[in-house]
Amino acid sequence: MYLYDSYDQAMVDARVEEFRDQARRRLAGELTEDQFKPLRLMNGLYLQLHAYMLRVAVPYGTLSSRKMRMLAHIARKYDRGYGHFTTRQNIQYNWIKLEDAPDILADLATVEMHAIQTSGNCIRNISSDQYAGVAADEITDPRPWAELLRQWSSFHPEFTYLPRKFKICVIASANDRAAMRLHDIGLELVERDGRIGARVFAGGGMGRTPMVAPEIRDFVEEDELVSYLEACLRVYNRYGRRDNKFKARIKILVHELGVDEYRRQVEEEFAHMRQLGIQPPTEELDRIRAYFAPPVYETGLPEEVDRSDPDFALWLDRNVLPHKQPGYAIVNISLKPVGGIPGDASADQIDLMADLAERHSLDQLRVTHAQNIVLPYVKKADLYTIWQQLDAAGLGTANLDRISDMIACPGLDYCSLANARSIPVAQKIARRFAGNGKEEAIGELKLKISGCINACGHHHAGHIGILGVDRKGTENYQLLLGGSGAEDCSLGAITGPGFTEDGVVDAIERATDLYLAQRQEGERFLDTYRRLGMAPFKEAIYG
Amino acid sequence: MKLLTGNDLASGDVIWWTGKGWSRHIGEAVDVGDEGDAILAREEQARRVNVAYIVDAEQTDSGPLPNHIKERIRASGPTVRTDLAINADIPIVRA
Repeated sequence: MYLYDSYDQAMVDARVEEFRDQARRRLAGELTEDQFKPLRLMNGLYLQLHAYMLRVAVPYGTLSSRKMRMLAHIARKYDRGYGHFTTRQNIQYNWIKLEDAPDILADLATVEMHAIQTSGNCIRNISSDQYAGVAADEITDPRPWAELLRQWSSFHPEFTYLPRKFKICVIASANDRAAMRLHDIGLELVERDGRIGARVFAGGGMGRTPMVAPEIRDFVEEDELVSYLEACLRVYNRYGRRDNKFKARIKILVHELGVDEYRRQVEEEFAHMRQLGIQPPTEELDRIRAYFAPPVYETGLPEEVDRSDPDFALWLDRNVLPHKQPGYAIVNISLKPVGGIPGDASADQIDLMADLAERHSLDQLRVTHAQNIVLPYVKKADLYTIWQQLDAAGLGTANLDRISDMIACPGLDYCSLANARSIPVAQKIARRFAGNGKEEAIGELKLKISGCINACGHHHAGHIGILGVDRKGTENYQLLLGGSGAEDCSLGAITGPGFTEDGVVDAIERATDLYLAQRQEGERFLDTYRRLGMAPFKEAIYG
Repeated sequence: MKLLTGNDLASGDVIWWTGKGWSRHIGEAVDVGDEGDAILAREEQARRVNVAYIVDAEQTDSGPLPNHIKERIRASGPTVRTDLAINADIPIVRA
């Protein structure tokens, strides 16, 4: 894991003191809310439905036990005993007091964490594959690249006031576990002629105008990647629309210019950037890479796991994935207990996960964009004891990638932008399908719920998506089918008229019943939908 | 009826205008009629409230009830964490 050098720490410490002074001036009346709002947002502090909300950055979703314990400490000391893990692999707290915020940032800084650039029209937290470094299918570890981009984008003077927020994702596998093509820029690390470089996709995103990012370059050399990204951002910063917030994302620019013209302009800028010599030396990437060197794995470990406990065996089958190293496994901790709040974890649960990581996962955890937690380095021999402790703490739900493993935004229960509640719908769906046994029969089904058109719950990318809308002051839910955030990336299509809260649960059951009746060998829900098309599903849903 | 609401500057708590000051309990809120803007200007200036605004509501047997669901949830607290609610008995969905 990357460790701050003196520059990193000095920057973060200075920002804490700067914000402490800004908060003091606001509380003293020396700053108006209009003056203060952009300052607090630059430090991840929003004003939400019930209180201030603080979003803390978790760079590419990577945490140590020490950092995880700090997240529990903040939940316990400054919030109401819990936190919410987000689709940007971050964590946010819902009940923060402005007067406490500077102390929270100071506490975070002691463990090399902060809330910088978790809001505002800047480059946000770099996201990545939650299995980086341990996945058998990756061609290299994407974390050093993500860290390089974190350093490049932190306080970047030219890109602090972009037309709109900007999200970058880095993966290194043909299997996309991070919704890479639904980012403003997506990077897929690839190998060509023995060299590592990046395929670059630009102009993806969700929100009110969802788009799958087109490829704009099939290979950028490792030692030119920062310059190339600089060119991508420069073209966007120059021509992105600042006159209309809803048309300000890069996806609109790429769409309106056309991908060929955007690519041409980027190449022109890239040629210019090459002459400036701003590319960080490869030694810097090598320095960063050293922090992510593979651990010293134990060898000769047993592969067999005792499956005599049926509940444990179910969890093994659902939540534990193969590791690239013999004798080890990747453990997914579901934050989606049936009837619970997707992504929420109590301070005690966060502490427990930190303890388990320290004892059994080389001190490391990951946050996934699907709002779960990963222990990436677990010996198979330790799986049973880990499961027992997770299960006792309400963290043993065996539902990875099943219908109850939903992405759900906070919705109208917490968010001031939302039009409808997301969480109660998620709870009803989970209870329905866990209760009637259909979850097991259905298998993989990625369901995603957003409480408004901003799509924080990734509803466009759900095999089944739900979008909450306000219909004359009443919550209403539109249903979408056929989306995917994976390597077969696609956007869901709306089925037709919306539903009530209970009605949308019934509609999903009718759609999944059709799937169960019509599926062919090996087909997931998404595959059957793609084969049959919308019409039979629409018929089943609306009758 | 019209209610004044906003957030406490320091704590961020949702608060409602009572005619004499601010309360976390919507049951203590009063109809401000046409006086809303003047009260808001005065209270924001004094930093007793942050990001304040006027909402439409109706008087019910159990007290003032905002017309819009978003304001009813603000007044109640998260419906999925009633243990954290401040006014959990507020009907969120109208009959």
